[in-house]
This record gives sequence, C-alpha cells and structure tokens, in this order.
Amino acid sequence: MSASLLRFFSGRTASAPVARERLQILLAHERSLRGQPDLLELLREEILAVVARHVELDPDKVIVKMERGETVSTLEVDIELPSGCQRMIAAAG
Amino acid sequence: MAKVLVVTSGKGGVGKTTSTAALGASLAQNGEKVVVVDFDVGLRNLDLVMGAERRVVFDLINVVQGVAKLSQALIRDKRLENLWLLPASQTRDKDALTDEGVGSIIADLRTRFDWIICDSPAGIERGATLAMRYADEAVIVTNPEVSSVRDSDRIIGMLDSKTVKAEKGEQVKKHVLITRYDTARAARGEMLTIEDILEILATPLLGIIPESQDVLRASNVGSPVTLNNAASAPARAYTDAARRLMGETVTMLVPTERKGLMDRLLGRRAA
Repeated sequence: MSASLLRFFSGRTASAPVARERLQILLAHERSLRGQPDLLELLREEILAVVARHVELDPDKVIVKMERGETVSTLEVDIELPSGCQRMIAAAG
Repeated sequence: MAKVLVVTSGKGGVGKTTSTAALGASLAQNGEKVVVVDFDVGLRNLDLVMGAERRVVFDLINVVQGVAKLSQALIRDKRLENLWLLPASQTRDKDALTDEGVGSIIADLRTRFDWIICDSPAGIERGATLAMRYADEAVIVTNPEVSSVRDSDRIIGMLDSKTVKAEKGEQVKKHVLITRYDTARAARGEMLTIEDILEILATPLLGIIPESQDVLRASNVGSPVTLNNAASAPARAYTDAARRLMGETVTMLVPTERKGLMDRLLGRRAA
C-alpha cells in the first residue's frame, strides 16, 4: 500500500513489473531452445551438402537467413553459383 | 574435503571480482584455507582488487605451461595468512588455457586448500567455461536488472550442462548472490525485487549485497571489502554469505548503512 501511495505521489508508474514480465516471456523462449543445435547453422550445412552433390560451389557463398515476423516468418536461402558452373556427374548419384 | 567454487555471471561489471575477493577473505577469516584464482586471462584484475598487483611474478598460464611451479605462482595475502592468490596472465590470451592444464592445477590446489574460488571472466567463451569446468559449487552474481538476470539464466544452463559434474550426471550446487541491491528503489517498484529474481532464476539465494560506496572505496585501496571496513553494510552481507557457504544457517536480511548524524543532517545517501 505504501509503495503504491508513494508511486501515486511521485507520478511515476513502476517499471519493475514490466521488467519481470519481459524476462519471464523471454527466458521461457530461450530455455526451450537451449541444448538444441543452432537451427540456421544446421539448415546451412544440410542445404550446402545437398547442393554440393550436384554443383561445385563455394561453402562461404551459401547464406541462410531467417526473419521472424508477427504473423509470418521467412527463410531465405541465397546460393551463389560460380560462373560457368558445370553439373557434376556425381559418382554416388 | 576441498571445494571448488566458481564466481560467475555471464554479464560483465556485476561484481564477480569484488565478490570473489570479499568471500575469499571472509572464508579465510573464518579459519578456512582459501585460494582465489583469477581466470580472466589478458584482463586480470583480482590482483588489483586484492592489493597484490606489485607482487605478481608468475601466473596461471606459467603454471599450465610448466614454466613455473604452482608454489612459485601462489601469492600469500599480507593481511590474512590463510588467504592466497593465483593471478591470471596479463600478456597472454585465453587460448593459452587448456582443459587438461586447468584440470591438473585444480587437482593440485585441492590437495592444498579448503576452498578454491575461481573468478570467472565475463562472457560465455573459453575462459568462462574453463573457470566453471571443475566446480563443485557456483555463485551466480546478479544485479537487479534485466540483462544481468537474462545472462545469469544462461550461465545456470551452462553450469547444468558443460561442467564435469554435469557430465557425470551430478549437479553443481548453485547459489544466486544479488549485488548492488537498493531496497528503497525495489519498494518503489523501480527495481526488480529479490522475490522476482529468485522466482525467475529458480535458484537458492546466497546473499543480498546492498549498493554501497564502501565497495568502490575498498577496491580503490586494494582491499577486500570485508577487510577494509568490516562494519560496513556490504562487508556484513558478504560475511553472512560466506558463513552460509560454510553450511551455517544465517537469517537473510539486507544490511543497511548505519548513517551518522552528519550524514542524516546533510541528507547523504548511499551511492
């Protein structure tokens, strides 16, 4: 009671409850991701492996980006192929 | 049996080195044989806070690499005969530390001391993971502030997965130490409360260190705050925390500054 009275007279709203709520939401999310391999790195490696079976490419020229939006998230894969790239005849098929 | 205690936080500037020095000195005052080990290779500061900066000859890296013996690198405190310091290297980088090297030094220290207190560097890189690697217990230093609490949560996750104890299926015993706490601001709703922090981190509380000018005053003169002014609020809080580490039950309260008449008249406030 005294704390809220103080707050009333000081004319400020308490910011600590906001901090508490933001932390609880953020940490619940971060804890759920803990221990899992980094999704983007995993995607990058696997996409690279698949494409490299058929086309010679520079591993540094494979860029995977994820953008999280309110309603829709997008995954962007950008692979730069070397000029005059040839289709490799993969022995393993 | 010797205990390895890591003082860690993730975030920098929350009071790891101050807490290492204060808890180490307090345990030593209670008759325990203590070594404080600086793991912040390249940015050592525990020597400065302990007032031993001019006595460093050899360091942790020298011992890891076999250049010096452990006994040559250990510096005995001039005030407390039970308290020793193992400084970090100032010139090398943290890659000079190896898992095996740290493991063998910790094993050696276990035969000589009751407490081995490892002052972790900030961050979650090699220096920080090696500082916690062999820990039996951990003190997670946390400020009542969102970024510090978030980083503490991350560090708690690492203590539960990346330590030798965790890999053996055991648990590092974890304690939260809240520093720079301001009771008045928390009561006004301007600062996360103790209850907020403990509920979010779900880890037991070791102590509450109030925001105080005495902390800076002690580091200015190179003395652990518990030795520099034992009657000060932070010193009493650290002393209580050290007794809890030793297994004693001490009532949890936030020590407050004892203001003198002049302070009251002039309206001086702590920090």
